[in-house]
Amino acid sequence: MSTEALNTRAPASGADALQADTGVIRTMRKLRMPKTHRNRELALLIFACVVNAGALMSVQLGALGQIEPEILALCGALASLVFGLHICLRFVARDADPIILPVATVLNGLGLAMIYRIDLARNVSGWSAASTRQIVWSSIAIIAAILVILLIRNHRVLFRYTYLFGLGAFILLLLPLVPGLGRTVGGATVWIGIGNVVNFQPGEIAKIFLAIFFAGYLVRTRDTLALVGKKFLGIRFPRLRDLGPIFVVWLMSMGIIVFQHDMGTALLYFGMFTIMIYVATGRLSWVLLGMGLFLGGAYFASQRLSYVSGRFDAWLDPFSQANYDKVGGSWQLVQGIFGLAHGGFTGTGLGQGRPNLTPLAESDFIVTSLGEELGLAGLFAILALFLILVARGLRIGFSTRDDFGKLLAIGLAFTIALQVFIMVGGVTRVIPLTGLATPFLAAGGSALVANWIIVALLLKLSDGAKPELEEAPRA
Amino acid sequence: MHKELRRVGAVVVLMFAALFVSSTVIQGVQSDALGKDPRNTRTRYDSYQVERGPIVLADGTIIAQSVPSNDEFRYQREYPQGPLYAGVTGYFNPIQGATGIEQAMNDYLTGTSSDQFLTDLARIVNGQPARGARVELSIQSKVQQAASEALGNRRGAVVAIEPKTGKILAMVTNPTFDPNGMASHNSDAVSALYKDLLANPLDPLINRAIGGNLNPPGSSFKVIVAAAALASGEYTAESEFPNPQFIELPGTSTKVYNFTREACGPGETVTLAEAIRQSCNVPMAELGIRLGADKIREQAEKFGFNTPLDVPLRVEPSVYPKGGDVPSTALSAFGQWDVRASPMQMAMVSAGIGNGGVMMKPNLVNRVIAPNLDVVKSFDPEKLRTVVTPDQASELTKMMIAAVATGQSNNARIEGVDVAGKTGTAQNGVDDPYTLWFTGFAPAQNPEVAVAVVVENDGDLGHHSSGNIVSSPIAKKVIEAVLNK
Repeated sequence: MSTEALNTRAPASGADALQADTGVIRTMRKLRMPKTHRNRELALLIFACVVNAGALMSVQLGALGQIEPEILALCGALASLVFGLHICLRFVARDADPIILPVATVLNGLGLAMIYRIDLARNVSGWSAASTRQIVWSSIAIIAAILVILLIRNHRVLFRYTYLFGLGAFILLLLPLVPGLGRTVGGATVWIGIGNVVNFQPGEIAKIFLAIFFAGYLVRTRDTLALVGKKFLGIRFPRLRDLGPIFVVWLMSMGIIVFQHDMGTALLYFGMFTIMIYVATGRLSWVLLGMGLFLGGAYFASQRLSYVSGRFDAWLDPFSQANYDKVGGSWQLVQGIFGLAHGGFTGTGLGQGRPNLTPLAESDFIVTSLGEELGLAGLFAILALFLILVARGLRIGFSTRDDFGKLLAIGLAFTIALQVFIMVGGVTRVIPLTGLATPFLAAGGSALVANWIIVALLLKLSDGAKPELEEAPRA
Repeated sequence: MHKELRRVGAVVVLMFAALFVSSTVIQGVQSDALGKDPRNTRTRYDSYQVERGPIVLADGTIIAQSVPSNDEFRYQREYPQGPLYAGVTGYFNPIQGATGIEQAMNDYLTGTSSDQFLTDLARIVNGQPARGARVELSIQSKVQQAASEALGNRRGAVVAIEPKTGKILAMVTNPTFDPNGMASHNSDAVSALYKDLLANPLDPLINRAIGGNLNPPGSSFKVIVAAAALASGEYTAESEFPNPQFIELPGTSTKVYNFTREACGPGETVTLAEAIRQSCNVPMAELGIRLGADKIREQAEKFGFNTPLDVPLRVEPSVYPKGGDVPSTALSAFGQWDVRASPMQMAMVSAGIGNGGVMMKPNLVNRVIAPNLDVVKSFDPEKLRTVVTPDQASELTKMMIAAVATGQSNNARIEGVDVAGKTGTAQNGVDDPYTLWFTGFAPAQNPEVAVAVVVENDGDLGHHSSGNIVSSPIAKKVIEAVLNK
């Protein structure tokens, strides 16, 4: 405990004696505590890479009947980047969580294998192939994660720039509405592009900025938000003027629905904020208020906005011929469901199903593609991996000592859970289908970069969390 | 904060639990049903990879089979007998879909039926390629051939059933089409052919034997009215009815005549048996009025009217409408008004009476045989319902024997065999062509076959044709084909 405290709190102007001291202690600790976490991570990483290589080769054997070494080599290069990240952790975050990186790696790899499989079915290769772009984006994302690990030595630096991150998120969200820069894809104006070269979804990065902003803001104001207010039906409701922030976030979400036609992102931001304000204040009234506001807004939108009401109809009765035939109706959703059903319990086997019959099989419907070829068993495994990832994130929130770090870890972990819920729930009819990226799996550069940065932040946060604290958590 | 965190953890677990449940519902519970959705193209694409099982007759005649093709569909469906069995097999086209037995037995033909699960497992273990099961039909090639030749170019249909088992021995419809054309993988050619067939006013795609193009049964319906009369307990074959040259229907100026425009024989009165033998309309109209529409409908429904049936092809239900007034009921008693019947239905009427009042469920399929020669499913004779008592059946049989032996249906007579039968010459409108019927069974005391023939459009002979001139000889040839085997 004391060594860690000295590590992180070593004053910049520290005396020579103290620095010498820490040096000795570090050496002593190295001797006393072998890098068990990192060794465990290495073993799991190797296993993850074996799984991924197996998946890629199954795809090739299933779809082509032979092994093509080219793509395997590219993915090998990608794997080396992951090992690079692992080595960085050995140096700068040796106590970071050992599970997160292998889980993210295996998810990224499975997604890549499936995207590649769909490219094979569509007979595309080179730069027109989504898999090639996904490999490039994966490497960019992992490099971004390495940079985050190396550059942000202490997460509390982020706390200092709370409002700057808030402003940044706001600007990022507005970018797609800038004429000439914004792109509308699939009805949603959430992309920016420069010429035809780069297409990027700034909302994905804004997600992280917002998490940092919410965490910082809530740590500063949570006492007011938590303690003042009138009691009604046994629940303490906040004062009207304290409602400001939640209204702002609500308006922002509604703005995204109305102007950018992106229900999924709105739900994601709002859900993240609601959970974080609940954890910060411990008051259920915020959750009830938030859910009420969002459901009210969504209901209003479903009545007034045709694209929203279409999604609702498709959700409630996808198999009626009228909804099936309607433009923007349930056809797409039903194709995905047919794919899942086709997979059954054990799946068709990688490379042997027909996931390409579903539109957007490599992005929005990547889960149905995986479910078709890996079956219910495979889908359960993937969901379990996500659950492990989220659980590790929440655990980091549990053991991080400062409240900012706690809130940030919870916010980030919960966004992953919420994204999985919105997408998998969307294609399996738990909720209406909206467009979001399934983390790590779906084709799409911005989402990959954002999710790998989340991984980096969680790793960094976990490094600061002391294992001893788990035994005596603070109330 | 930790209490809240734990709750957030619980929420996350709940969210994932919802996903586990929803994916289990789709991939586990509803998987089969979703696979059968006709809009599910995956199922169809999968079927290309399987060597579809053949459709054969009990004597080994192949009427549909898959042969290797060098395109993406891997197999080409082939119908070696051409149009002869088109109404039965339908066609299978990987792009356009399937009809007939190809559609009704698709699960077995592609090997995806749940009955084939174990065979399928064994196949996977042995590493053999996927093959569908063989479907064996009850049709007898000799009878089918005879029926088709006897019907010739006339527009109509023939159905022959084995009364004791319900096995369908022949099912012929004309005009028809060559299923080989519809099975082609050349999409444009198939579309053009399909459009032509659809545009053809004679509807060659419709299997007239099982309906879709129902006709008024005319006098052949008198058998059912006679059955209703016997069932009421108030009449026997010897019950007498007035015998005028015509009757005016109550409340109208419509006059009903006999087919001959004369009285039914010389007497003042005429018996029910005689009315059937000579096929007289006037006494039947009188009987119909006395029985009332409800009793006639009740008996017709016992025979299968107004009830859907799968053999396993869907049979269009024959109709005896509700809500008829007295004049309509009188007309319905000799199969006019809005009464409509399919040849399958009329064959069932004869089969039911011939089998002592016990109607067996008509069926086209004998059994399904897996590639490893296991019998996957066999269709045993199944009783559908009791239509009349044995005594009533024997009374009706006597009347029908007389009709063929010495009466209006005499062209179905066969030397040395008692044939029971009844013709029908149904009007479709004042100047429209007649629909010509025969339904009956033989040998009358121990029937091996019940048959129904329908010929539309006067049999192309104009208004001097009749059921006895056109349809009785066709039925006779079919019966001979069964008995002389």
